[in-house]
Amino acid sequence: MPRHLPTLQERRSPLASASTQLDRLHALALPRELDACLAEAGHHPLRAEGVKVLQLNLGKRCNQTCRHCHVDAGPDRTEVMAHEVVVRCLELLDRSAIATVDITGGAPELHPEFRWIVEQVHRRGRHVMDRCNLTILETRPYRDLPQFFADHDVEVVCSLPHYRGPSTDAQRGDGVFASSLRALRRLNEVGYGQGDPKRRLVLVSNPVGAFLPASQRSIEAEWKRELRRLHGIEFDALFCITNMPISRYLEWLESKGNLASYMDRLVTAFNPAAVEGVMCRTTLSVGWDGTLYDCDFNQMLELPITTHRRTIHDVDLDALAGRAIAVDRHCFGCTAGAGSSCGGATA
Amino acid sequence: MTMDKHDHYYHRDDLGRFGEIGNNVGPLAEKFFAWYGAVFTDGALSAREKSLIALAVAHAVQCPYCIDSYTRDALEKGSDLDQMTEAVHVAAAIRGGASLVHGVQMRNTTDKIGM
Repeated sequence: MPRHLPTLQERRSPLASASTQLDRLHALALPRELDACLAEAGHHPLRAEGVKVLQLNLGKRCNQTCRHCHVDAGPDRTEVMAHEVVVRCLELLDRSAIATVDITGGAPELHPEFRWIVEQVHRRGRHVMDRCNLTILETRPYRDLPQFFADHDVEVVCSLPHYRGPSTDAQRGDGVFASSLRALRRLNEVGYGQGDPKRRLVLVSNPVGAFLPASQRSIEAEWKRELRRLHGIEFDALFCITNMPISRYLEWLESKGNLASYMDRLVTAFNPAAVEGVMCRTTLSVGWDGTLYDCDFNQMLELPITTHRRTIHDVDLDALAGRAIAVDRHCFGCTAGAGSSCGGATA
Repeated sequence: MTMDKHDHYYHRDDLGRFGEIGNNVGPLAEKFFAWYGAVFTDGALSAREKSLIALAVAHAVQCPYCIDSYTRDALEKGSDLDQMTEAVHVAAAIRGGASLVHGVQMRNTTDKIGM
């Protein structure tokens, strides 16, 4: 099984604090500020277009401790979304036309009500995406999840930094690559990755280091060819996403002396065309405690939505459309190069 | 400009000044940079394959600017360290082979003037 690195919280690292993370980013001298860049793109202030995706972060517990994790998730984390918060989220679905529920964590499958949540969302005719670390499917209580996913038309969005092993294990832990391949094969066996829109299997690749991601348009065909040739695995789509300079990835950047140059790279690669499609403009992200955010990264930096009502208990959907998005320097991660979102490139 | 013992012919920051080559004879630089950019786009070869070729050539011509640039570029195009190391071996094999194959010229000369 993969080895476990301690989380920032377990080590009592100063970077376990969201405000410390923001302080470290604010201390940098950047070539340009985000406001000026957004103004150049015609998106200042950055505003939401509505809510098309309801993202539920079910908690920070995870069976892995990846070196780049923006959640600082790990086996020691205890935060978990309460039943009452889940019910409020389902009620929000009932009174809205939100088409997609994006379930994330931690490893969201570890939530004690995970299957019930998926069933409830599926019963409401909404599309379910599960952000899966793959190795959880290889642990005994969760080995039947591929069939459960197939039975509920769940789109499975899996983390895999590379189609070859060394990079994956360097980022996600020893043995993760081999375990991930076994899980992918079992997803293939129940019909995932064969072009069926109800059995959609997406791989998410993010850089193993302080550099920008590859163009997903350019390398998706190669990934399909090589995963089939080397491992006999099929998948439907590849998302290439940028690492956000927060949490454990921020710690790694600092430890290697790469933070300033990485931020400089993100800023100089600012792409006005990438702003239009950033996920925060169409997402409502619900934290484990019911607080509302524009995205999962803002959630980890404890930057809630800017509207007056900021929890799932008093959410005002009308006020969410057109709201100003809470932005800070980490947002350069989503606007660099081809852009980055939970759905991959944005430009 | 004076040089002391801490000066070097190669400076990392100079890579970012590459564009200054266009300060004189600008139209030629414009043609070069436009062509350069076009060379590396996806075509019959993928951008990732072209980046690996560039990395190998950078080692063959031993340009430190190019090695820095195309190490990062190869990673950003989706190559991993094993693939990049194999590319460097390709460059080394051609360089080594190029030396060795000239051994035939040595043998020809030896045949002619030797006894």
